[in-house]
Amino acid sequence: MFEDSALATVLLAMFAGAIRVSTPFLFVSLGETLTEKSGRINLGLEGTLVFGAMSGYAISYHTGSPWLGVLVAGLCGSCFGALHGYLCKLPKVNDIAIGIALMLFGTGLAFFFGKAYIQPQAPRLPSISFGFWTDMPALRQALEINPLFLLGIVLAFVLWWGLKNTRWGLTVRTTGDSAPAALALGINVNQVRLLSTMVGGFFAGVGGSFLSLYYPGSWTEGLSSGQGLMAVALVIFARWNPLYCFLAALLFGAAGALGPALQSIGISRGYHFFNAAPYIMTLLIMIASTSPKRSLKGAPGELSITK
Amino acid sequence: MVDVTKADRMAVGQGSALADTLDRFRRSSEFVIMPILALIVSGLLFSIFLLALGKSPADFFSLVWRGGFGTSFSWQNTLVRSSPLIFTALCVAIPARLGLVIIGGEGALVLGGFAAAAIAIPMIPWAPSFLLLPVMALAAIIAGGIWIGLVGALRHYRGVNETIASLLLFYIAVSILNFFVEGALRDPSDPNKPSTMPIGRDNMIGAIPGTDVHWGLVFGIVLATLLYLLMNRTTFGFAARITGGNLRAAQAQGLPVGKLMVISCAIAGACAGLAGFFEVAAIHGKANASLIAGYGFTGILVSFLARHNPLVIVPVAIFLGGIAASGGLIQRRMDLPDATVLVLQGLIFVVLLVSETFYGRLPFFRSKGDL
Amino acid sequence: MSKFELNRRSLLKSSAAGLLGLSAAGLPRLASAAGLTAGIVYVGPRDDFGWNQAHAVAAAALKEVPGVTVVEEENVPETIAVQKSMESMINLDGAELIFATSFGYYKPFVLDLAAKYPDVQFRHAAPLWTDADPKNAGSYFGYLDQAHYIDGVAAGLSTTTNKLGFVAAKPIGTVLRNINSFLLGAKKVNPDATVQVIFTGEWSMPVREAEAANALVDAGCDVLTCHVDGPKVVIETAESRGIKCCGHNASQAPLAPKGFITGAEYKWATIYKMFANDLAEGKTLPNFTGGGFDVDFVQSTPYGAGASEAAIAAADAARADVKAGKPIFTGPINKQDGTPLLAAGASLDNYDPSLDQTDYLIEGVVGSIT
Repeated sequence: MFEDSALATVLLAMFAGAIRVSTPFLFVSLGETLTEKSGRINLGLEGTLVFGAMSGYAISYHTGSPWLGVLVAGLCGSCFGALHGYLCKLPKVNDIAIGIALMLFGTGLAFFFGKAYIQPQAPRLPSISFGFWTDMPALRQALEINPLFLLGIVLAFVLWWGLKNTRWGLTVRTTGDSAPAALALGINVNQVRLLSTMVGGFFAGVGGSFLSLYYPGSWTEGLSSGQGLMAVALVIFARWNPLYCFLAALLFGAAGALGPALQSIGISRGYHFFNAAPYIMTLLIMIASTSPKRSLKGAPGELSITK
Repeated sequence: MVDVTKADRMAVGQGSALADTLDRFRRSSEFVIMPILALIVSGLLFSIFLLALGKSPADFFSLVWRGGFGTSFSWQNTLVRSSPLIFTALCVAIPARLGLVIIGGEGALVLGGFAAAAIAIPMIPWAPSFLLLPVMALAAIIAGGIWIGLVGALRHYRGVNETIASLLLFYIAVSILNFFVEGALRDPSDPNKPSTMPIGRDNMIGAIPGTDVHWGLVFGIVLATLLYLLMNRTTFGFAARITGGNLRAAQAQGLPVGKLMVISCAIAGACAGLAGFFEVAAIHGKANASLIAGYGFTGILVSFLARHNPLVIVPVAIFLGGIAASGGLIQRRMDLPDATVLVLQGLIFVVLLVSETFYGRLPFFRSKGDL
Repeated sequence: MSKFELNRRSLLKSSAAGLLGLSAAGLPRLASAAGLTAGIVYVGPRDDFGWNQAHAVAAAALKEVPGVTVVEEENVPETIAVQKSMESMINLDGAELIFATSFGYYKPFVLDLAAKYPDVQFRHAAPLWTDADPKNAGSYFGYLDQAHYIDGVAAGLSTTTNKLGFVAAKPIGTVLRNINSFLLGAKKVNPDATVQVIFTGEWSMPVREAEAANALVDAGCDVLTCHVDGPKVVIETAESRGIKCCGHNASQAPLAPKGFITGAEYKWATIYKMFANDLAEGKTLPNFTGGGFDVDFVQSTPYGAGASEAAIAAADAARADVKAGKPIFTGPINKQDGTPLLAAGASLDNYDPSLDQTDYLIEGVVGSIT
């Protein structure tokens, strides 16, 4: 039978894991794609993610509305984005360094104010059941899908289409590829970057609220374990293409489910390496897919990390 | 920037040697006064934060002073915490001279500590400590050096972003440590904290006489000085700085950019590896998951605050060590959470980076000739 | 007798519940404990619904004892930082009694400080103290596997698939012992029960804990329990998947209003208050204090909505048995690889020192430790 096959169990678990775990990666990497397309890198999204997780949880707890929590998490994220965007426009201020500083600052603030919310239980986001057609419990569970995941897919398409075909997409891309060219076209470079970083921060905040309000669904200090930073890595991996961001996030989520899934069918030897699978996989793909000779396809020309 | 050029001198005119010196002094003082100003600004901002929470900034800063620097115990507390930070900050500072941002020094620390403990296992029964410790240190240097050297090589030869690669390698380093420590190299006599075999009390590095600060601090200061000389007084350092300033120009001049990157990263990794060695040889006596204590990540902060200058890293590490040392006292006396220290560190970091923008723009620090 | 003191070596010879005393050296500075300051160091956040919270609850109880001041520090890693935190409590706060609550604090940090500050009493929360260690140091421990055994009994009667799930942090002695006892409890009432275990590799890693919990449910487990620092995520995941769960370390009952059966909890307050009272009366503190239900060092969380009548009755009976000293480990028991641990008729005392050295899982546990 299908259910009896160990391989099927693992594949199903990875499929379910991809859907459950990928959403924060998806949101943060979409936000970072937009920011990087405008020519800046924001490593501070890890701090934004953690702060988003905390603030979303806190608001959901106080108001009883998890969706309001998601919104506030996004707004907090855009505040961090605004801070990053504003500071980086000052001469001689390095965007990578500011990002690292904001990562520390955002995490610190989240832990500081988050102490009061480790204990309480906040209302969580609902899910939509797409598994009504099957009577396999595991598959049915895998198809319990959070609306944010669907929203993320839509967003990936919108961003992909928008960057390519709309006027603001062109503006963002021009700013990211060559600031002098953008200036010549009368584009306010700093403002475009500020807005792109703010929108990127909004997405990262929403991604964080998914962690605390849906999966795993509570606020603790160890909640993120570097997911915001990994999402920034996924952007390079996804070649600044929002659709690839979606695939990369799915792949990363699936790889993360590999360790527990293998143990559930009795393979535990070397489980540390299976747990590190997402990182090993990302590194290998980055090594295989990059080249020192030509700059990466899709890479914004102004981006400090690709120079 | 500090150098007084010929044109400047001429512009100053035929002023006395004293005026010249004063002028020069005033302009160099920018590099001391600006960070201090930035610290004061961070302190003020943090005071506002505390006041908003109804806590007293005066209490806070006097506790930081008392817990970090006020008594001889506090000083030792501070120094012992700053020792690993010097090494891990060097791991960020050296590649930074080439324009590389390495954030995975923690991985090199973990692997360095693990390599040191692992190579010690077969030697413990027979080797005297004067042989054992150098071999352990060498193993740590090699392991850490290879780990971050790999990051440099990937960057140059494959174009893989070094910031991300070093972070990924940190996670992988942790899984390597856990795999061996919970598996093949586990000390069977300790079922509850998976660790390698202890190297033994007698083999461990002791404290500087009269204190309980281990010798790692002294080694850290010596290493920082040596690396300062390397980066500022040798052809290697000069070439590295040119590469950091403009990669394409360096390539056009025929500098061996790839070699420079790999060697700088390897040196950086060796520094972090040594941090791991001292954790094993002076603190834990064995390798286990306690090696993952975040020193590598705090080192990033230290290096940036020191503007990647190896000599400045030492006082900055001591300063941050002091803040960390006072963290406990702040928790106990002011009923503030442990994250308070993180908030303060983050704030200082942001303000110091922003202060970069004011260098050369405040009239006081400018030569009269520039005005 | 409300408490007992035991020496692990003499326990080998003593078949009774180990009521052999071993006293510490004198406490010159503490002839009167008026104004005793106790310092407590935690490895994680104090309100993690788990290990640290269990200690923090006891610290709060200790604060109620007249004349006792408690100073606390949380999120202190198992590095030189903990040595300095404890030393800072001694030097700057005048602490005379230190509770070091994380396993890795003992060697070398507590031992070093005990030698350096002979007038200060150090107590560490794991059964590690031996005769060779300083006399002003000591261990206290609650044998939580007894409560996991009770959880197992209740869980064994709550499962319909006969598959119980266990999310574990690392394959270390105390964790393995809890898993084994949990299975023994389940098997006592349900011989077909098995326990499937997944190790996350970290003490606190919420996303992976949730993944592990889901993987166990997908594998057919219908009761979950765990041994990680903060069980919040596992319990909430079990509840949201509509299955039952048993708690660990502290009370998680409010997290699972529908499926919570019962939980294995420490009751450190018993020990903390006992130490404070001993010092107040000028008595010497024991170097080794350990126990389970018999001395009120561990407890079961009050039954939740997931506990059936049958499960409650069986668990209550089993708890009375354990309290009376009836052994949990009674043969025949094989290790996972088939080698015998105990022959039929043989048994191990609940405080048998060999159990502190558990490095195996027993037959019936699915999932390996290598």
